[in-house]
Amino acid sequence: MLFRPGAHADRSRQQRDTHGADRFRALERSGGGTAHPVPGVTKRFGDFTAIDNLSFDIYEKEFFALLGPSGCGKTTMMRMLAGFEAPSEGSILLGGQDIAPIPPNRRPVNMMFQSYALFPHLSVWENIAFGLKRDRMEKDRINARVAEMLKLTRLEQFASRKPHQISGGQRQRVALARSLAKAPKLLLLDEPMGALDAKLRQKTQFELMDIQEKTGTTFVIVTHDQEEAMTVASRVAVMDQGRIVQADTPARIYEQPNSVYVADFIGEVTIIDGTANPEGDGYEIAYAEGVPPLFVATDKKFARGQACHLAIRPEKVAISAERPEGRRNVLRGRILDIAYLGNISTYLVELPHGKVIKAQTANTRRLAHRPFTWEDEVWLSWSDTAAVLLEG
Amino acid sequence: MRRLTWFNATSLTLGFAFLYLPMVILIIYSFNASKLVTVWAGFSTRWYGTLLQNQAFLDAAWVTLRVAVVSSTIATVLGTMAALVLVRAGRFVGRTLFSGMIYAPLVMPEVITGLSLLLLFIGIGLDRGVFTIILAHTTFSMCYVSVVVSSRLATFDRSLEEAALDLGCSPAEAFRLVTLPIIAPAVIAGWLLAFTLSLDDLVIASFTAGPSATTLPIKIWSSIRLGSAPRSTRSPPS
Repeated sequence: MLFRPGAHADRSRQQRDTHGADRFRALERSGGGTAHPVPGVTKRFGDFTAIDNLSFDIYEKEFFALLGPSGCGKTTMMRMLAGFEAPSEGSILLGGQDIAPIPPNRRPVNMMFQSYALFPHLSVWENIAFGLKRDRMEKDRINARVAEMLKLTRLEQFASRKPHQISGGQRQRVALARSLAKAPKLLLLDEPMGALDAKLRQKTQFELMDIQEKTGTTFVIVTHDQEEAMTVASRVAVMDQGRIVQADTPARIYEQPNSVYVADFIGEVTIIDGTANPEGDGYEIAYAEGVPPLFVATDKKFARGQACHLAIRPEKVAISAERPEGRRNVLRGRILDIAYLGNISTYLVELPHGKVIKAQTANTRRLAHRPFTWEDEVWLSWSDTAAVLLEG
Repeated sequence: MRRLTWFNATSLTLGFAFLYLPMVILIIYSFNASKLVTVWAGFSTRWYGTLLQNQAFLDAAWVTLRVAVVSSTIATVLGTMAALVLVRAGRFVGRTLFSGMIYAPLVMPEVITGLSLLLLFIGIGLDRGVFTIILAHTTFSMCYVSVVVSSRLATFDRSLEEAALDLGCSPAEAFRLVTLPIIAPAVIAGWLLAFTLSLDDLVIASFTAGPSATTLPIKIWSSIRLGSAPRSTRSPPS
């Protein structure tokens, strides 16, 4: 899978990263009193363990993403938060109260369904008012709240339409307005952008972040789309086979993955298997016979000769025609393939002993000036801190 | 739109003639002046007048209508419940048997249904009348309702009910406010089907009807068999 943020998305994500990380740290400092912890929950379907003793905290007002391939248990986890599945073991705390035994209709949690689940026999207005009416709210307050939601999601002129009379993007916004109307403590979004096309999806992601910040609601999004999770969330939990492998800010997930699984799942990466030998403030990695070892600076502790994996992101690998000066990690290879993606190009470079390394460059020049082509001999290099050393 | 070809026009005409000619003849013969059903003796509206004065026929029509309304309503409730269980309950012990038993009356010969119900009513000493006809009609029309409703339920998106629960509905409210309005067309269609079947039924009704209650189809059938037109003087004691 390719991770290809446009310049615009990149800038915004960085801003958000800083923002999210600050907020996250502030919350950590406050002692986590406002968190919604899920301390060790397990769900089994017969012999199959969908969720394996999963624990994580969701902080107040954060945008939390559960990210993983299909079948990793993220949807089951979300359905347990909503109340449609009961945990086999463990509890879910929301504002200090265990909500595991509470039925979905009594939880201060609302969900936006993947299929949107809009009531086809009710108008947009009635769909949004549905939850408020169940609370026996006064008519004036319902009217005011629905008007507020319609304004927030820019649906004012569609209030009297039925769901089948509006577009897919508008239906998505109705579903969001309906689930937000009751001002839940936790809003769950199940693959909310799954049915939208790529352009609309990106636009909607920014709208969603905007709405989350405006309303100050805690959002939990379930998605298999890593780009989506990285864009919208302040913290991402990467899941695999019912367990959370890593939960952290998008930047740390991308730059400091804690395992080969995370490094490989998020974005593109080249994994080099080798053995670690301490050297200076890092390790020398022996990865093939008769070639100088690679060097990586890290705080992590490895034993001499321990098996390890070196993960290197393609955009951190520089590609040049001349041998670069002053770098320890320099390799010579031959261009095997080029994937031209418009804004960037990915080169697959084969080393003499057969290992293929991915390198990426931004296409800042027009096509005619591109320096490399197939079968060219090139130099690859990266800095001491560019790669991540992971345990085997 | 393609224009009608000679072949299409012919097959259309023959098809409609096959379907509706008997009814057209029936309507024409209802204006027959003759006493004999099969012999044409000039135009007259006298039988319509006679019908309105024939208390036995009017009684039979009233019985038929009551039976149809009550039995189709009960059948709709029971049939919808059966459909919900069949579509929703997933796997349970006896599910195959249950679904087989729901659909069996669809293919069961009416004579067998009628006869077995008659034996049952005699066995438990139930006096035959309007009540027994209602029971019998409910029994066989319920499965038609169940078929119609379950086909609608099979395509029903369960997340709609989950959304209703999520927004604060109790399970009963979710059914009343979301499920029922959405499956309503199928439920109404099922009711209409049950109603029509009940109005029309002759065989089962004739097994389960007693001297105290006769439905219109039985009345018409017996009148024709006796070779007579509807006449108040001939009405049997009711």
